[in-house]
Amino acid sequence: MNGIHDLGGMHGFGPVEREENEPVFHADWERVMVAIQRDTWTRGVFTLDEFRHGIERMAPARYLEATYYERWLEGITRLLLEKGVIAAEELHERETFFAEHSEAPATAPIATPLPPTRPRLPREQISSIRPQTALPRFALGDAVLTRHDAPPGHTRLPRYARGKRGVIARYHGVHVFPDTNAHGLGEQPQPLYSVRFAGEELWGANAEPGQVVYLDLWESYLEPANEQR
Amino acid sequence: MGKNHPNVDAYVVSRVRALESLLLEKGILAPDAVDRVVQQYEQDTGPLLGARAVARAWTDPAYKERLLHDTTGALADFGLKYDALIVVENTPEVHNLVVCTLCSCYPWPVLGLPPTWYKSPAYRSRAVLEPRALLREFGLEIAPEREIRVWDSSAEMRYMVLPMRPPGTEEWSAEQLLPLITRDCLIGVAEPLVPVAAAP
Repeated sequence: MNGIHDLGGMHGFGPVEREENEPVFHADWERVMVAIQRDTWTRGVFTLDEFRHGIERMAPARYLEATYYERWLEGITRLLLEKGVIAAEELHERETFFAEHSEAPATAPIATPLPPTRPRLPREQISSIRPQTALPRFALGDAVLTRHDAPPGHTRLPRYARGKRGVIARYHGVHVFPDTNAHGLGEQPQPLYSVRFAGEELWGANAEPGQVVYLDLWESYLEPANEQR
Repeated sequence: MGKNHPNVDAYVVSRVRALESLLLEKGILAPDAVDRVVQQYEQDTGPLLGARAVARAWTDPAYKERLLHDTTGALADFGLKYDALIVVENTPEVHNLVVCTLCSCYPWPVLGLPPTWYKSPAYRSRAVLEPRALLREFGLEIAPEREIRVWDSSAEMRYMVLPMRPPGTEEWSAEQLLPLITRDCLIGVAEPLVPVAAAP
């Protein structure tokens, strides 16, 4: 989607602010958020692609205002509700409990013994690489042109690199395709390539000299480039 | 832009605790999951695995070749199973910089959790657009004749920079080199630290 998350090339954000000796976590809830993300994804509640798209669907102003882990919270909550893993009523009840009992442990409102934790997905399934079932269409050094569509759903071709000419720099093998896997339309694995773009191709007269961008792009994002384009 | 500090709305804390509680109750969150996050990302504060690999690559040419061309195998030497890393080498001709413009993908297994600035809209927007100006703000001036390669991590491949070894360290061991290899030089926003004295 042409969403707010697709930030490459935007102007206006100013200098990169850095915190001296930044701690790994700024608050306890961030630790919990990382644990929740890891377990929901690796235990198969949703795919990594669904996770990203859950965040991408945040309202743009909210996205920019939120901290990184707040975006995780919003994206994961959305997915858990959409998938019926949790119900809105029980979330509201539980939130109210912890708002009133901020020091209570996580197990405090749980009446029954904890069930066994569902198993993690096998490593091969968590990895994005899949068996090579089709030959790659492009070879190293091939000139390619990226598509310039505007898909409303999840994609990993950023706007700044659409309709641009690049060169195949590396072949990564066959990988799960995010554009379908984020929408419950299956993994649909495809050849994945590293594609090199000259700065001038992306930014024209405003490119810095001697600048190159590499993107990892799936085969269906690419067409052969002809001589003119 | 955005908040770097946890002055979050109160609902955030209650909601996270509510999710934690519900997911424990439903057998989705393991009871030790939070402890393991703390253990892995806060308590195991030894040198970054990426730094250890670079230190060894600087002192062992055969290992350097493996790190560049059989990265999975080279990382396995350190007990790490990680098949998604690509190591990109800085040379006198090329400087490498890593970003994820679309979300903030980062090679957690070799570098730990990313700093907030890496995940910021300012970094994500500018790294692909004006890397030379951005690096200048970080205090790193890249000579005009060097190519800057920006790796936008748009798939599951993750990138780490293999910086150039600082001059004057030719006799140093991997253990002595390790403190020079900062996280920032493995992302590409800095060079390794320069030794105060040329001799150890």
